[in-house]
Amino acid sequence: MSEHVAVAKLQGKFSSEVLEVKEFRGETTVTVKKEDIVAICSFLKNELGYNLLTDLCGVDYLGRTPRFQVVYNIYNITTKDRLRIKTPVEESDANIDTVSGVWSTANWLERECWDLMGIGFNNHPDLRRILLPDDWEGHPLRKDYPVQGPDREPYQGRVS
Amino acid sequence: MANTETMTINMGPQHPSTHGVLRLILELDGETVVKAVPHIGFLHRGIEKLSEHRTYHQVLPLTDRLDYLAPMHNNLGYVLAVEKLLGITDQIPERANVVRVIMAELTRIKSHLVWLACHALDIGAMTVFIYCFREREHIMDIYEKLSGARMTSNYFRVGGLSADLPDGLEQEIRDFIDSMPGHIATYEGLLTGNRIWQKRIQGVGTISAEDAIDLGVTGPSLRGSGVDWDLRRDNPYSGYEDYDFNVIVDEGCDTWARYHVRLKEMYESCKIILQGLDKLKPGPILADCPKICLPPKKDVVNTIEGLIHHFKIISEGFKPEVGEIYQGVENPKGEVGFYLVSDGSPRPYRMKIRPASFINLQALPKMCEGSLIADVVAVIGTLDIVLGEIDR
Repeated sequence: MSEHVAVAKLQGKFSSEVLEVKEFRGETTVTVKKEDIVAICSFLKNELGYNLLTDLCGVDYLGRTPRFQVVYNIYNITTKDRLRIKTPVEESDANIDTVSGVWSTANWLERECWDLMGIGFNNHPDLRRILLPDDWEGHPLRKDYPVQGPDREPYQGRVS
Repeated sequence: MANTETMTINMGPQHPSTHGVLRLILELDGETVVKAVPHIGFLHRGIEKLSEHRTYHQVLPLTDRLDYLAPMHNNLGYVLAVEKLLGITDQIPERANVVRVIMAELTRIKSHLVWLACHALDIGAMTVFIYCFREREHIMDIYEKLSGARMTSNYFRVGGLSADLPDGLEQEIRDFIDSMPGHIATYEGLLTGNRIWQKRIQGVGTISAEDAIDLGVTGPSLRGSGVDWDLRRDNPYSGYEDYDFNVIVDEGCDTWARYHVRLKEMYESCKIILQGLDKLKPGPILADCPKICLPPKKDVVNTIEGLIHHFKIISEGFKPEVGEIYQGVENPKGEVGFYLVSDGSPRPYRMKIRPASFINLQALPKMCEGSLIADVVAVIGTLDIVLGEIDR
């Protein structure tokens, strides 16, 4: 599979940055350090042809350190390859460099990630809330944010 | 002395041509748009948050409410994602896969009909609207006979389908599809040669292939910029590799090109549906996975195993192993994907929806800045956005 070729090239170029490579159900996930995320993404786009940023999101692993992960699902339109890049983000410093300079798609996706998950993006051109009102407090997709909303009695019926 | 200041005006969220609750802040220099800033989120319902508190089966009805013009595609994307997470993709019965493809393509026609109807209506061609909604009504009737609902179908299930096709529906779909190419030709007759229509959309809302890929535009909007890419062919799912169809590409990069792409896609969908109907053989509609798929009602009532499985699935749900997957499908609007993270519990730990309309809408400022304010309406129409999917 050509995905492995891409991963091998990535490991060759950023050997100290790649933390883990995992296969699950035929999909490859590469975990990298957050410091060089822009350089890694530029390499993936310009050298390895992953020209489409399919999706970007944050995942909250409350109770684990580091607490957050930012996930980039990327796609190569020429070879039809998918690859997933993940990078851990600490709760104490919930910020990561923006990749909106690499793929313009990231602009709104990072705004959404900031809005709902509370992960900041350094050097983002326009980091505002996107789905929620500007004066909203908190970030609803965090695991410690109650599903019924803040300052409301929990729903008494079954939730699941 | 002429006033050279720009003027900022507000368009929406209550505006008939914004297709829902989209708000645009437009900075105008005379009639020319200098800057367009979309404001979204008016329809946010927190579907991703809600899904973390429901079992995998219970999340399915939420997905209907994303792109409510193409509910079957959202269902399909979600069930395929869960099946991939469970590792049962190859256990889906043949009949279920064929019915999924038939319904997905019917849905594509239905969604494209609403696009054409509203796009033409926004630009002033009112007649087309009535014709398109006549055919759409027929598809809604098929939906209703199949699932009991006209819009929020909730028809597919993890592992297969919720019910088999009712008697006579196969023939009804065939009759409808036989008549459909004639109807599409009628719409073309009303619009393609119409000089007002041509003037309003030719050269409007142009976006180059590089810009479109950079902005993540997918679906017919990308193919209208000359990029030959369709998930049905390039990363096939549900057996799409066994169907013979063309991926429609147009090099025009403008609204006119995207109009042609979507119109021709409807013909291709008709072709796929007819092939699907020919493939349709009697057989099971649910995978043989008793711990995942709900048993038939007669087994629940008559057998102890059926009762236990039913009780366990309803009260607890099933537990996929720890892992994460992404599954994308070719929605009428573009790529809709589901990124699922499982922590081994019966509920998704995280579900991220990749909304096609949300990401396509991001290209709107690029497509309408520098053009006339009247073209903004054409660009919104040609992007074919649905706010239910954008705001989730």
